[in-house]
Amino acid sequence: MTKYLINNKANRNAFSCIFATLIAMSFTLAQSAESTFALADKCPPSFALDNNNQCQLRNLYQLYDSLQDRGLGGLKTALPKHRDGFSPQQIDLGRLLFFDPVLSADKNLSCANCHNPTLGFSDGMDRSVGARGQVSQRSSPTLWNSAFLSVFLWDARAHSLEEQAIGPLFSDKEMANTPEQLLSNLNQVAAYPKLFEQAFPASKDALTIDNTVTALSAFQSSLISLNSAYDRYAHGDAKALSSHELEGLNVFRSFVARCSQCHTPPLFTNQQVAVIGTPEPAGLPRDVGAAETFNAKRLTGGFKVPTLRNIARTAPYMHSGRFATLREAAEFYTKGRGHAVPEGEELLLHWHISDPKLTDTELDRLVDFMGALSDESFMPKTPNQVPSGLLNTSTSLAAALEK
Amino acid sequence: MNNKYKVVLAIIIFAGGWIFGSSNNEAPVITSSVGGASYEGGFESEVTVGAVPHRSAAGSIHIVSPGDSIQAAVEAAQPGDTIQVMPGTYSETVYIDKDDIHLVGVIQNGARATLDGLGKLNDAILYSGNNIIIENFRITQYKGNGIMGQAGNNFEIRNNVIVDTGIYGIFPQLGTNGLVEHNVVSGIEDAAIYIGMSDNIHVAYNEVFDSVAGIEIENSRHAIVEYNNAHHNTGGILAFVTPGLPIKTTEDVIIRNNFVSDNNTPNFGAPGSIVSGIPAGTGILVMAADDVIIEGNIITNNKTAGIIINDHSFAPTITMDVQSDPNADRTMILDNVMLNNGYDTIPEVVAVALTELHIGLVDIVHVGPSNGSCIINRHRYRTVGIGDYSECGFTNTDSIDSYLLAGGAQPRVIASSERGEIAYLGVCAGCHSYTGRLIGPSVQVIQAMYAGNPQGLATYINAPIKKRENFPEMPAQNYLDPETQLAVAKYMLQVNN
Repeated sequence: MTKYLINNKANRNAFSCIFATLIAMSFTLAQSAESTFALADKCPPSFALDNNNQCQLRNLYQLYDSLQDRGLGGLKTALPKHRDGFSPQQIDLGRLLFFDPVLSADKNLSCANCHNPTLGFSDGMDRSVGARGQVSQRSSPTLWNSAFLSVFLWDARAHSLEEQAIGPLFSDKEMANTPEQLLSNLNQVAAYPKLFEQAFPASKDALTIDNTVTALSAFQSSLISLNSAYDRYAHGDAKALSSHELEGLNVFRSFVARCSQCHTPPLFTNQQVAVIGTPEPAGLPRDVGAAETFNAKRLTGGFKVPTLRNIARTAPYMHSGRFATLREAAEFYTKGRGHAVPEGEELLLHWHISDPKLTDTELDRLVDFMGALSDESFMPKTPNQVPSGLLNTSTSLAAALEK
Repeated sequence: MNNKYKVVLAIIIFAGGWIFGSSNNEAPVITSSVGGASYEGGFESEVTVGAVPHRSAAGSIHIVSPGDSIQAAVEAAQPGDTIQVMPGTYSETVYIDKDDIHLVGVIQNGARATLDGLGKLNDAILYSGNNIIIENFRITQYKGNGIMGQAGNNFEIRNNVIVDTGIYGIFPQLGTNGLVEHNVVSGIEDAAIYIGMSDNIHVAYNEVFDSVAGIEIENSRHAIVEYNNAHHNTGGILAFVTPGLPIKTTEDVIIRNNFVSDNNTPNFGAPGSIVSGIPAGTGILVMAADDVIIEGNIITNNKTAGIIINDHSFAPTITMDVQSDPNADRTMILDNVMLNNGYDTIPEVVAVALTELHIGLVDIVHVGPSNGSCIINRHRYRTVGIGDYSECGFTNTDSIDSYLLAGGAQPRVIASSERGEIAYLGVCAGCHSYTGRLIGPSVQVIQAMYAGNPQGLATYINAPIKKRENFPEMPAQNYLDPETQLAVAKYMLQVNN
């Protein structure tokens, strides 16, 4: 067959067309791209390369301690324990995989569709859209600083980057792939087997699901955002926050608003489950959230407290994107304990959901302060082209959104 | 249940108790708590005075007079300085985001520096720094907290009068090594003194009253609560594990030599708050906390019970947390004076008491599983639910003066070379790559400009000036201390990739 095609130009072109339509975008593109994909041998910014070819995280919070080493406290407090120690090649392979739609069953969705770097590694939607246009139950959480998390997903059901990464790949509602199909698809891309060998030189069989997930985790662990105006204030620059932002910080940590009791610095989450009673989108039933994870009715409507770092980039807000703006999200907390819980429904609301009676000015200042938690100085580079050669829909989506 | 039936049931139970009780009328084990073995504690304690290390050199003193701003003085102060606030009224929120500040109210002829929140301001004093002293203030009419710490280590909060102010009177959180003493706190809708998620704490000589909770030790370790007067609250002294908080344990708490009396104030806690579930008439409440010692207290006239020890299942309004151990293990009750407690108790305690055919006064009630708990001289008290308590192997806590750390909690020590690497990679690398322009110029270009001159580079990063037309202006890195600035300059000048 190959011989025949080479000898027959017209037939070869016809075959290329059909092949591309049937299977993917452009097989020949991927073939020609093989030599152009080389993995980085340097760590991303904020990481030091050690003698074992592992990237070790460095940040200013390593100058501090925290109570019980839990990474919770005030300004000069250490962060929670983090994941690092991946190689530069693993991180870089993870970056290529992250942006490559070849990971999904229909080769239309990459990780970046729902975790778009230009949208705070979220997607700007109230609820994410998965395979075959299915609207999921919840919104896409940011990936910034996920290296510091020990609890993942809105319903707190995953406990490692790997566990979190594997879910969407094989969920029918998200990327809808199967392990067999994913391996087959990756093997069909000429560049990947060699890239996996580079990233996992010790593996006999480098291109595996485990290594795919490791590389994705490695990339996610490199998304560090710790150089916001707030951080400069925390480290000691009294002028780093504007007067409005500083007023907002004092509302945020006051015991009237109590925001910092759950969105605890320096990560701005305490990683616990809280039932706060936000309303569901019109017509949708109560999302039970963590009640299912822990098989505990008391946690009905409970979700993991999300980080507020880069929160200004990830509208809309709450688990189902019910609030379009940070102002609306902040206002929810001052409309009265349980005000959005339908009559007759019993939720065991968190004890810090109170009735703080914040003023309009205080709400504005809270929004100002949350804006001071933005920092994308270590933004990774979006690849111009991914090994499969497939169209990177996330970047075109971002372009469309910007218009 | 109608009243007639109740009376009949009570008579049957009373008779039963009398019959069964009389069949078991052995001489009690009497243990002297004078001398004898002492509890050794869960923490190696050291002899120490105070929680804030002594200053080797006296800093400046900033005087604040009525009409001045205390916050302005805090902003002007350097670590090591003292701020003295003259008597008068000040309406502001004071926040201390720096280390080693002593904020001292001056008391003249009994007149105090008063912080008045006018019912509008959120909190009176917030601090996040280490080595902070706050003393001699009068604080009233704030909506949030009187004095609140977030993660500061080595603190002393003393001799403050806090009246009718918000949620907590004194609330250090997420700190290590703190002393809270000689404060008078009243009219607080949650806890007058609330130690939250902290380690090595000493709470002594305070008077707390007319609040929902007097003193609360929550999700904290190595705490001593002694010589306090907790009266006329809903609950006097509490040691809790609250589920759903990120730090999960309360361990090694000594509650000794306190007055705990008349804590019968109706609960006025906010709906949904943890303390809103405390029954009025609670003397000492231990919920899910481990290794709590109760010794030498005078516990009188608390109508629900003198001491309640319970697990999380006894508190139906709290959340579920798989990481939180629900049981109160190793409660240790030594000699206490207990009079007239449990004279008008709650149905839940009545129900538990009935299972043991106990009616009438209740000094001590334990609900839920407990491992390794003990008591001495149990025959003195009216008890429910302590059948599995053993005799303690010690009779006092005399060998433990304090769990405070001699010399204070020490900051993390990071070598200067390591500081340079941390700051370079953690901050500089976002804008400067080794070769080629990122946001600022390349490291190679900088190395060529400052070769052999790390101090020059340190001076520049402290206060940058715009040098290049087509580059954005560099933000000042003056939040780094001079040592770190020089370390990062040296580090940057020697990197080679």
